Amino acid sequence: MIKKTDNLNKNKIISRRLFVLVAAKIGLLGIVTSRLYNLQISEKQKYEVLSDKNRIREWKTPPQRGIITDYFNNVIADNQRVYQVHLSLEEVSNFNNSIFKLKNIISLKDDEIKKIYEKKEKSKPWDTLIISENLSWNEFSKLNLYLHELDGAKPVLSTSRYYPYSNDLVHVVGYVGDATTQDIQNKKKIEENFVPGLKVGKIGIENSKDSDLIGNHGTKRYEVNASGKKISEISYNKETQGENLRTTIDLEIQQLAQKLLKNQAGSICVMDIYTGEVITMASSPTYDPNKFTHGISTKDWNEIKNNKLRPLLNKSLAGLYSPGSTIKPLVALAALEYGIIDTKFKVNCKGHDHPYELYGERYHCWKKNGHGWMSMRNAIKQSCDIYFYEVARLLGVDKLSLIAKRYGLGSKVLEDFFSEEKKGIVPSTKWKKQVLEQSWYLGETVITGIGQGYIQTTPLQLCLMTAQLANGGYKIKPNLIYDKEINLDTIKSKIEIEKNKSVSQNILKDHEFKYYERLYRNPNNLKFVLDAMYGSTNEQFGTSFRSRHKEDKYKFAGKTGTSQVKRITDQDRELDLDLEEIEYKSRDHALFIAFAPYDKPRYSLSILIEHGGSGSKAAAPLANKLIKKILDRHELREKIRKDLKNIA
Amino acid sequence: MILSTSLNSTSYSFIDKLKAVDYFLIIIVAIIGSISVFSIYSTESGNFSFYTKNHLTRFLVFFFMFLVLSFVRVSFWYRQAYIFYIIGILLLLLVIFFGISASGSKRWINFFIMNLQPSELMKIAIIVCFARYYHRIQSSDIQSYKYLLQPIILLLIPCYLVITQPDLGTAILIAGSGLAIIWLAGLNLKYFIYSGLILLVSLPFVISILKPYQKSRILTFFNPDRDPLGAGYQIIQSKIAIGSGGLLGKGFLQGTQSYLEFLPEKHTDFIFTLFSEEFGFVGSMVLILLYVLLIYRIIKIGFSSRSFFAKLYCYGFASALFLYIFVNIAMVVGLLPIVGAPLPIMSYGGSSMLSIMLGLGIVMSCKIYSRDPIGN
Repeated sequence: MIKKTDNLNKNKIISRRLFVLVAAKIGLLGIVTSRLYNLQISEKQKYEVLSDKNRIREWKTPPQRGIITDYFNNVIADNQRVYQVHLSLEEVSNFNNSIFKLKNIISLKDDEIKKIYEKKEKSKPWDTLIISENLSWNEFSKLNLYLHELDGAKPVLSTSRYYPYSNDLVHVVGYVGDATTQDIQNKKKIEENFVPGLKVGKIGIENSKDSDLIGNHGTKRYEVNASGKKISEISYNKETQGENLRTTIDLEIQQLAQKLLKNQAGSICVMDIYTGEVITMASSPTYDPNKFTHGISTKDWNEIKNNKLRPLLNKSLAGLYSPGSTIKPLVALAALEYGIIDTKFKVNCKGHDHPYELYGERYHCWKKNGHGWMSMRNAIKQSCDIYFYEVARLLGVDKLSLIAKRYGLGSKVLEDFFSEEKKGIVPSTKWKKQVLEQSWYLGETVITGIGQGYIQTTPLQLCLMTAQLANGGYKIKPNLIYDKEINLDTIKSKIEIEKNKSVSQNILKDHEFKYYERLYRNPNNLKFVLDAMYGSTNEQFGTSFRSRHKEDKYKFAGKTGTSQVKRITDQDRELDLDLEEIEYKSRDHALFIAFAPYDKPRYSLSILIEHGGSGSKAAAPLANKLIKKILDRHELREKIRKDLKNIA
Repeated sequence: MILSTSLNSTSYSFIDKLKAVDYFLIIIVAIIGSISVFSIYSTESGNFSFYTKNHLTRFLVFFFMFLVLSFVRVSFWYRQAYIFYIIGILLLLLVIFFGISASGSKRWINFFIMNLQPSELMKIAIIVCFARYYHRIQSSDIQSYKYLLQPIILLLIPCYLVITQPDLGTAILIAGSGLAIIWLAGLNLKYFIYSGLILLVSLPFVISILKPYQKSRILTFFNPDRDPLGAGYQIIQSKIAIGSGGLLGKGFLQGTQSYLEFLPEKHTDFIFTLFSEEFGFVGSMVLILLYVLLIYRIIKIGFSSRSFFAKLYCYGFASALFLYIFVNIAMVVGLLPIVGAPLPIMSYGGSSMLSIMLGLGIVMSCKIYSRDPIGN
């Protein structure tokens, strides 16, 4: 215990010291107070003059958005010169009068005037209002003529976004619109560079890459007089343009894809099977992004929104479809990899009179008269359902799910690049227990084997799956923006190393794969499946035989798919209606996946036609034209690749 | 010693505790808090949006926390003082590795609900830590080198960590708070004079290691017209805003200077500028008076506390609070260089609000448990 006397002593010291401290505080407080008195009372006049009579005004000048091009440097999102009229509120003596005069010079509609008044309510007396964003040259020249009568009105040359290939790329590039409060709060770059009238990306690349594209605003400082008129410019910190972006898209192929999809709802995706570059990502129907730049009219908006074919949905990555028979190569591969069956395994398909039966449930093949005895190659080629019911039953859904996920199903292809991208569903017993809280039925396994039931995929996932099969079974990194880090030669040499590596023990277990790592156990299994796909397109009785290319250099391999949107009843089977006789919403989705050229694969594609009927009739024929175009442009693309590499 | 604490600990009924609460202090804090919400509202030109909403929520949450903390026994803070300090240091180290960078400095850690600025927490930790340190030392021992060296090391570690973030303003405030307690504990005046002289001599060296922007701020302070559009702009415009406020100010939401975008930190460091422009000399005096009353109440609580820990803590916290307020106001009226120091409670910023309310909570627990002897 400390002595009592010391405690007293300590107490005394602390109190004395506190006293000194308080005295010092009072002194400092005195200084601050006298300073405030000095500023606010004695020199008030001086500062009032500084504040009111001769203020410095700051104007932010809008940043310039970066340009977006396709792989071949064709501009797909441009900046266009526009004529605008702004109104500096400080210089306006009578607002109503000014608007009235302006209305007579440039044609302003009543609802536009209403909006201007609303905007004025929200703005501060020193703000500048944008009266019209996009004047015609006639209006602009007329405005200049009458300018002396319009106090505060300023003709302004500005730039705005313009999409030269309007409808063709909207699902990739997106569009811009006025920044909302939310946009400003969510993105720091927007907050920092906000100016009234700033356009920001709403969807697509414009949205995902907004922070790179936006650029930095400029700052102009003026000295202004009491009435707000500019006296002199003090400084001008020039605005800068945002980064220019090169996408991996090939404009010509994209345009062809959109043309092929015209008047139908659907999607076409094309990918480089090594670099993962998305060459085309078409979705139909489309709409014009230019309409959004200056605010879309209610009529146009309703037209887009109420279209039954849903143009706003980016079907390539946000549309979910049962993959149908396009899953069969993967089912076969999974069964071979796990050694469940070998390629000689046979099943007899006996037609609708003798369907596949399991616990009293009956499962039919699409072919009425049956395929007869089918081996694996034939079953893929002719797309026999009975065969795959049996293979799926033997394989089990969990093994199938594992291989399906490995080749790209069930996860976002472009990761978080597009907020609207969907993951889809690759069902497993665990999934069903967790999500639906039910146990799995064997019957569900059976239909998963032909890509029906719970399984849901996006067309882009099917394209990635095809790519990763066609490149020999290596994981690739899909991308939409040109990335100099992704180099074809490096990838090929990485794959070469992987190929010769001894296969890891847990290759058949659930396992995170790195990019360009091998995904398969036995290369012969992949070869077999790819060969069966070749048969499907290039041999008689193959489901896409009629869409083949006879010329060697265009030869491709593919797999059709027809995905049911509703259960086929016995009555439907009996009626066997033609496509035109079925109600649109009940028609099957048509699918096709392919890779080309067959002997040295380089590109993969997926085609989906919503309610198009059968895959071999509606989807596969489009591949024929598409693949010719893709391969014709191959040389040119490789040349650009080389040039870009040399720059880097 | 801890044993004796538990033996001597007095029991308090809940009614006793409620009676012991300093309601006057709570009211003052509530008034300053309300003024701050209206000021932030004014920085958003009268829109109840992002900053105002955030500030209001933070004030209410931390104000509630302050009330709850008041009922934590003061001996708890005494016992955990060093732990508190160590947590502060660990968080500062964490900033180095996992910190978030903004405008050139790395000060924050993302804690999901908020971005925590550990240096703000350190401001309180250093006071608690030193109060405990000097609680036990006999007055005759204080001058010995051992007891001189230890606190200096304890003080230099956080200051160094904060300066390198870089955040000169907060480092100065931490150092100031620590020195205030060392002074109160009775360290001989000569040491203060010596170290003052050393600082003066080493000033050229210190300036040479400062970051360019810090240097320019200090040079600008001595001559604002050196670069009227760059570094001096803030000081000049802040002075114009305050000066043009006059006796009674331009009125709520009527400030014309403060809206200008050249005050990028109008809702944080320059909140006083905005307040002073809109409410004039009279308003500023009222606000300062409120702060003076707050500090007075804290000193009073220290005065009636039995333990040295409580005394040293209250006096130390009161001095620190004064220092924060003085540095901030002196800065915006052009008496000190712009170093980046928030005005307690008024400025927008969660960490600053958190640390002030935490500090006040401990003060209140000193009041409620004033009879606790804490092992004396």
